[in-house]
Amino acid sequence: MELNQIYTQILTEHNNSKRNKHHIENPTATLKGVNPSCGDEIELELREKNGVIEDAGFTGVGCAISQASASIMIDLIKGKSTDEALKLAQTFFGMVKNEITDEKRLEVLDEAIALKDISHMPARVKCAVLGWHTLENAIKGEKDPE
Amino acid sequence: MNPWAEDFPILKETINGKRLVYLDNAATTQKPVPVLKAVDDYYRKANANPHRGLYALSVEATQKYEDARRTVKKFIGARKDEEVLFTRNASESLNLVAYSYGLTFLKEGDEIALPVSEHHSNLVPWQMVAQAKGAKLVYLYPDAQGRLTDAEIGAKITAKTKIVALAHVSNVLGSIYPVKKIVEKAHSVGAVVVLDCAQSIPHYPVNVTELGCDFMAFSGHKMLAPMGIGVLYGKEELLNRMPPFLRGGEMIEYVHEQSATFAPLPQKFEAGTQNVGGAIGLDAAIHYLRNVGYDRIQKTENELLNYTLDGLAEIPHVTVYGGTDNRANRCGVISFNVEGVHPHDVATVLDAAGVAIRAGHHCAQPLMEYLCVNSTCRASLYFYNTKDDIDVFLAALRKVRGWLGLGA
Repeated sequence: MELNQIYTQILTEHNNSKRNKHHIENPTATLKGVNPSCGDEIELELREKNGVIEDAGFTGVGCAISQASASIMIDLIKGKSTDEALKLAQTFFGMVKNEITDEKRLEVLDEAIALKDISHMPARVKCAVLGWHTLENAIKGEKDPE
Repeated sequence: MNPWAEDFPILKETINGKRLVYLDNAATTQKPVPVLKAVDDYYRKANANPHRGLYALSVEATQKYEDARRTVKKFIGARKDEEVLFTRNASESLNLVAYSYGLTFLKEGDEIALPVSEHHSNLVPWQMVAQAKGAKLVYLYPDAQGRLTDAEIGAKITAKTKIVALAHVSNVLGSIYPVKKIVEKAHSVGAVVVLDCAQSIPHYPVNVTELGCDFMAFSGHKMLAPMGIGVLYGKEELLNRMPPFLRGGEMIEYVHEQSATFAPLPQKFEAGTQNVGGAIGLDAAIHYLRNVGYDRIQKTENELLNYTLDGLAEIPHVTVYGGTDNRANRCGVISFNVEGVHPHDVATVLDAAGVAIRAGHHCAQPLMEYLCVNSTCRASLYFYNTKDDIDVFLAALRKVRGWLGLGA
């Protein structure tokens, strides 16, 4: 494992950028995602209209991989239908678990492909998928516990 | 050159193509050849189920297991063999006290006093007791230098206190707590003291008779022995009044269809086949530590601690937690953070340089809340570490922010 395969420019830029890390106006869904063992905690907000994700943002704390992955995800899902977003999530899970390796199938993930080498770091896969799992659960209507 | 490093074969391993720099000794320590050999010899030449067989090999296994108990007794200054119980680890020892003593003797309204810095293993079992019995957990808060002040001890340990649970040394802050003073205060109000020495006994001599604690727990694997062997010391008169924790083979006297009577100490608390190989490894580890000598362990570690703290102070964007003023009152457990970088990313960058540190909440989430941090990095030293190890660590640490696209 080489550090430059993990801490790529795409990853560090997203991690250091606040572009997608903020609350959004009038969210229709808000959900927390946590990795209790590492203390990563994000809160994802979505605004959905007629089945399309109009806007999305996240807040919280976590490692560079979890934060950048969530930011890249938000770039990808804005303007997409919730069904498309769920499909992207499945493709992303396939990539980081090394189950989908066909580059053509991964093209839809665009900048998220920068996280491909996480599949060689089993301890960090859960960081990369935190945002995507939270997205999946939010679209499926899961609510934060009272 | 460190005279002891040669005894630890794993220190010659490479990680990511780099020499292993092992700085996660508060999590577990590496094992020297004499410990490995003692365990290997036992399984090659003396393995049998102790206390049961009537044949020579079983007698030998029993003898080695009981020899290990005597070695531990002397090592911790206990008065009797019966006061030394073998467990899996400090967590099991502390659970034994919580389930057997706590659930039996605590009543509604009683208080359990403990520092907020406790490891989950000496905190979550007491939450269970408090919930089951209607007792209350009362926390002692360390000051900014990681110390428990006399005022805090006086305010929190009161006539209502029935149990004081604390670690000798904090596994996050490295603070050495004034155990003797706390024991005196606890006994003056009639409370019993449950002392967790998992982080202290690898580095400092612990004498239970001098300290006067009622229970004391530690793990073998944090002091050179194999994983899966731990110790609970308890005062004989307390252990005799307590019901068994686990029930089954070897801990009974007579068993009838509807009832049973139990074996005397220590068998009463050692149900089922015990970890004889682990106990023999612990015996060998204690002999090894005795040969090195606590004075030399402390001298080596204090030099390394000062060297590390001085080095960290020179690196911009690094915050060290716990006492930095009074270094005499802390041990070689150093929690820190790099500004703008999550501890897991710090650990990953250091790993690429062959440096093993811990990152996370260190099984001390209430302390993390109290410190208002999400998690920290932790480097922890042992006597086989060298200044060269620290140099590699510090050099890798200087590069962390660069890898994350931040200014150095």
